[in-house]
Amino acid sequence: MEFGPHLLLASLEGATTAAVLALTAMGLSIVFGVMRVVNVAHGEFYMVGAVLAWFIATSVGAHPALGFIAALLIAPLLVGLLAAGVDRLILRHINYDPERTIVATIGTLYILQQTTLMTFGPDARPVEPPFNTRIALPWFEWGENGFEVYFPWGLSTTSYKLFVIAAAVVILITLWLAITRTKAGLVMRATQQDSDMAQAFGIPVKTVYSVVFGLGAGLAAIGAVLVVPIQQAYYLMGHDPLLLSFIVVIIGGLGSLPGTIIAAILIGMADGIISVFFTPTLAKIFATLVVAMVLVFRPKGLLGKSTS
Amino acid sequence: MSDTGKTHGLHFGLIGLLALAYFVLPAYHSGNLASVMVIAIYAMGYNLLFGYTGLLSLGHALFFSAGLYGLGLTMHLADWTPLPAFAAGLIAALVVSAVIGFLILRTTGVAFMIVTLMFAQAGYLTILYFGKYTRGDEGFALQQASRQIAGYDLSDPGVRYFCALVLFSVTLLGLAYMIRAPFGRTLVAIRENEERARMLGYNVTAIKLKAVIVSGVVSGASGATYALLFGYAGATFATVQYSIFPLLWVLVGGAGTTVGPFVGALFMFYLIDYASGKTEAYLLVVGVTLVLVTLFLPHGIVGTIRTRFLRWLP
Repeated sequence: MEFGPHLLLASLEGATTAAVLALTAMGLSIVFGVMRVVNVAHGEFYMVGAVLAWFIATSVGAHPALGFIAALLIAPLLVGLLAAGVDRLILRHINYDPERTIVATIGTLYILQQTTLMTFGPDARPVEPPFNTRIALPWFEWGENGFEVYFPWGLSTTSYKLFVIAAAVVILITLWLAITRTKAGLVMRATQQDSDMAQAFGIPVKTVYSVVFGLGAGLAAIGAVLVVPIQQAYYLMGHDPLLLSFIVVIIGGLGSLPGTIIAAILIGMADGIISVFFTPTLAKIFATLVVAMVLVFRPKGLLGKSTS
Repeated sequence: MSDTGKTHGLHFGLIGLLALAYFVLPAYHSGNLASVMVIAIYAMGYNLLFGYTGLLSLGHALFFSAGLYGLGLTMHLADWTPLPAFAAGLIAALVVSAVIGFLILRTTGVAFMIVTLMFAQAGYLTILYFGKYTRGDEGFALQQASRQIAGYDLSDPGVRYFCALVLFSVTLLGLAYMIRAPFGRTLVAIRENEERARMLGYNVTAIKLKAVIVSGVVSGASGATYALLFGYAGATFATVQYSIFPLLWVLVGGAGTTVGPFVGALFMFYLIDYASGKTEAYLLVVGVTLVLVTLFLPHGIVGTIRTRFLRWLP
């Protein structure tokens, strides 16, 4: 394949990565924005979402689409409840102290991961996509016969990958509307701005925290259910999404939701494109160092507002 | 007896007990204890930064593996003898912690943790990237023939045990001295109230940088000792897990106590050893312990004994 079509292919792969990443990172960002805590177990909620999707899809067993729809509806809900339970049992008792929360969520990370290893096992297992038509993509060039449109070999995507992008966009728009236009969103924003004042106005701040923690984990789980027909469910799959979500949330400015979306698109596309053209290890080293340097020299993130 | 006398009694008593333990315990347990002493050095290095300076790093595996590979690579590729190679390990840890310390101290709080995590991750990936020399996750073994100091074979269990004990004792007494010296007092002042320490005229950033370097070099010494005594270096030691272990040991034993790191390392070593005999998912005990300690034992084992019973505990 020539460079042009190759780049298009890489961008399409990147767009799918970006869509899933935007959902996962949005979960982390909302939790940080409202509760001011970093959830290190976020990647494991993602993993649990994928594993539950496998369980649901295999136990429904009928047409793959039916199992997939069931998984998409049930898995995020269960993960959200699980996370709300973690909030109620652990985080509430340590009073959301930032450092102790990190230690406690590291503990939660191991508990979720190792429990999955004991029950689901060490194998990676696939979920069948509901539909998966190959779509060949056209490419054009100025040849000897003037302008030509043709279908290069290997330049294709699947209908499922396009569906993932569309689904992510719809979910994120719904979320945006829910936060800006509904009463629940208003309560959430009030808690984010000043939790003491919100409490004084009768908002049940602790319940809001539980719901937000569950919502954050649920968003990661939606991302995981969408990705599981492309990748496979595996008990160690939470590591990369966690690191990438960190990167996105930091680059986007801690707690800034539009920043998170922009950064997710940027990082997802970059990840897709870089990993097509360079060795993945070198790309990861580079990306990790860049993010560390951003945090060192621009602690508010690239798009975060500087308050100082 | 004065508190200083009691403190000396505790430290020398512990060292004496460990020396005695070699002759009393069966070979299996004295072998374990040798590992525990080496990892306790790592925990003590971590404790200086976390327990006394109040900086929670999630990237100490970088310093540990700097020492590990500083010694391992010079012995493996350049055929250095153990003593210069050990020095190379310490210098590697010194350079890495000075450079990283200079960068990470520009951040505070949650950003500090994430940046340390990121640098350690970059370090781990770098070790994988140079897999031609480091052999990546698989790692490499150091030849028994090369692990000799003045005719003593370091792979012999007795020599290994007392070599670990000597380094453990030097670290324990050295750090205990440092903590009682003005430098250590300043670290505690920074932990308790950084603004006030700055207002009193201390150059807080420079002192914190010193703490990062001392902590990094001690962690690197532990890594170099590990490679030397157990004859193996691998990228596993640079993973996030090995950054979380010292945090776990120090939290369990008691942050900001001199013997807490050893107690925590000993406790977790046997707990993980026991669990790994029962199930493949033995890291579950790490998670459960972390959560339980944060919820119910915020001062750790030794720290709780100090607050409840023995106020003089160092």
